[in-house]
Amino acid sequence: MSHTPLTSLQRILTTLGHQEPDRVPLLLLFTIYGAHELQMPIEEYCSRPEYIVAGQTRLVETYRSDCLFNFCYASTEVEAWGGTTIFSADGPPNAGAPIITKPEQIRSLVAPRVADAPSLQRVLEVTRRLAAYNQGQRLIIGVVIAPFSLPVMQLGFERYLNLMFEEPDLHARLLDVNEQFCIEWANAQVEAGANAICFFNPLASTTMVPRDYYLRVGHPSTLRCLAAIKGSSAIHLAAGRCMPILDELAATSAVALGVSAEEDLATLKRVAKERIALVGNLNGITMRRWTPAEAEQQVKQAIAAAAPGGGFVLADNHGEIPFQVPSEVLHAIAEAVQRWGTYPLEWLHDEP
Amino acid sequence: MSISLHIEAPLAAFVEALLAMDRLAVRELLKTLYDPEHGIQAIERLVVPALEQIGVQWEQGDLSLAQVYMSGRICEELVEELLPAAPNERADQPKVGLAILEDHHLLGKRMVAAVLRAGGYRFYDYGQVDVLGMVAHAVEDQLDVLLISVLMLPSALRVRELARQLNHVGCRPHLIVGGAPFRLDEQLWQEVGADAMGRSAADVLRLLHAAPRRSS
Repeated sequence: MSHTPLTSLQRILTTLGHQEPDRVPLLLLFTIYGAHELQMPIEEYCSRPEYIVAGQTRLVETYRSDCLFNFCYASTEVEAWGGTTIFSADGPPNAGAPIITKPEQIRSLVAPRVADAPSLQRVLEVTRRLAAYNQGQRLIIGVVIAPFSLPVMQLGFERYLNLMFEEPDLHARLLDVNEQFCIEWANAQVEAGANAICFFNPLASTTMVPRDYYLRVGHPSTLRCLAAIKGSSAIHLAAGRCMPILDELAATSAVALGVSAEEDLATLKRVAKERIALVGNLNGITMRRWTPAEAEQQVKQAIAAAAPGGGFVLADNHGEIPFQVPSEVLHAIAEAVQRWGTYPLEWLHDEP
Repeated sequence: MSISLHIEAPLAAFVEALLAMDRLAVRELLKTLYDPEHGIQAIERLVVPALEQIGVQWEQGDLSLAQVYMSGRICEELVEELLPAAPNERADQPKVGLAILEDHHLLGKRMVAAVLRAGGYRFYDYGQVDVLGMVAHAVEDQLDVLLISVLMLPSALRVRELARQLNHVGCRPHLIVGGAPFRLDEQLWQEVGADAMGRSAADVLRLLHAAPRRSS
């Protein structure tokens, strides 16, 4: 029995509905990798919508990825708050000096408007152009940094941890302001043509903060944001662990969850059941030195663990393909998904 | 009754107080072993094992980075306040340097610094450095041990060039690396020519204890 080939978007929507599509969807989340493709410096690549669109469209065709990604770097959001970005030659851009240097500044902090922020307008232009190119064929993913995680860039990580545990009132005020921004920014991307919003929330992971703390302080903010986003959303914890909060995340309106290479994918799938689809969990750091045979093996393992029954999208575990991953590894991943990810997964019955 | 049995209950209470971020309880427990003449004993019997235990629990996924950070910070504050002379008592005090290599993420180094101070170690804090700057520091200070913290993969890969340059100038401290890329790729520290990898900030105490001294 074979399935009729689906478009990439249909393939993803089917698996998000916990049904088996024609094959396991592949999301290669390319951020700055397009600079390779266009053979230009990362900073230049990120500076113009036409470069990003050219990079995305070439990459999805080359590696048969099922999504387009409008995201280049996280500090795009910080730029909207008046911050800066530090570019490097061979890695992700970083946020520059924190925009909040004293906690008291939070009392008078006002969220920027999306319409007033050139960095966000650039992303919206990318989204519109991707939508025009795409014609509904692939999933277009937009990204927002969760209000609970954005302060890492707004204050710096250490100052943020101190704020969390020593100044809860100011932390609550910061979450409020960030929520206003997050919701407006997410909905602007949906309006520009994003089919789904990745709610990027690394601080929610129990790798980062205690479970009880997240559920008490961060999770209410997550729920408020997801309820106000006028489109589908997925939660991503950026390679952090999620098992201790999986039940709570599965109970949100998010349709998918990015999961870590540090947790057992089969166990996560069993716990997630048909409540939330899983996205992951290829290790982006080790991917850099995989041989094509290792890439194939990793893909097979992930598919065997989580693909039966649908509800699974193959991707890296962090939400970004590192700049250092060789092209042949990405080709091997794409090839392995075609070979081993085509439903029905009859080969699983023959494996020891 | 052995010393380990004596210490078992206070250690459990100390760890519990640290995880609860209860500074008052941590202070009281540290004071029970406090002896101004032998501050390092309280550190070795309580602070070091507590931070190591917390670090191991983080590696296993049972605790969060926030708890590791706050525990180190609380211990650092109390040791500096109550036991300021402890580093003078540490007989095996190596010459240690600590730096972030070509990276803009400060928290990892901050956590290691807190653990070092809490453990009664002196160290040179070089902040954020590039390869050549780090080599110059290592030569000038004749380090026994160099601790490098990174968060980003490109920075982790730059350790290879650092190790090469240190060898080239004939000043090669014991090189210990740490940070997310090394934790997520168990082979990476060897690939870039480091001598050891810390899986958590507290791991540095065990690794320092085992590190060779240039003078030895």
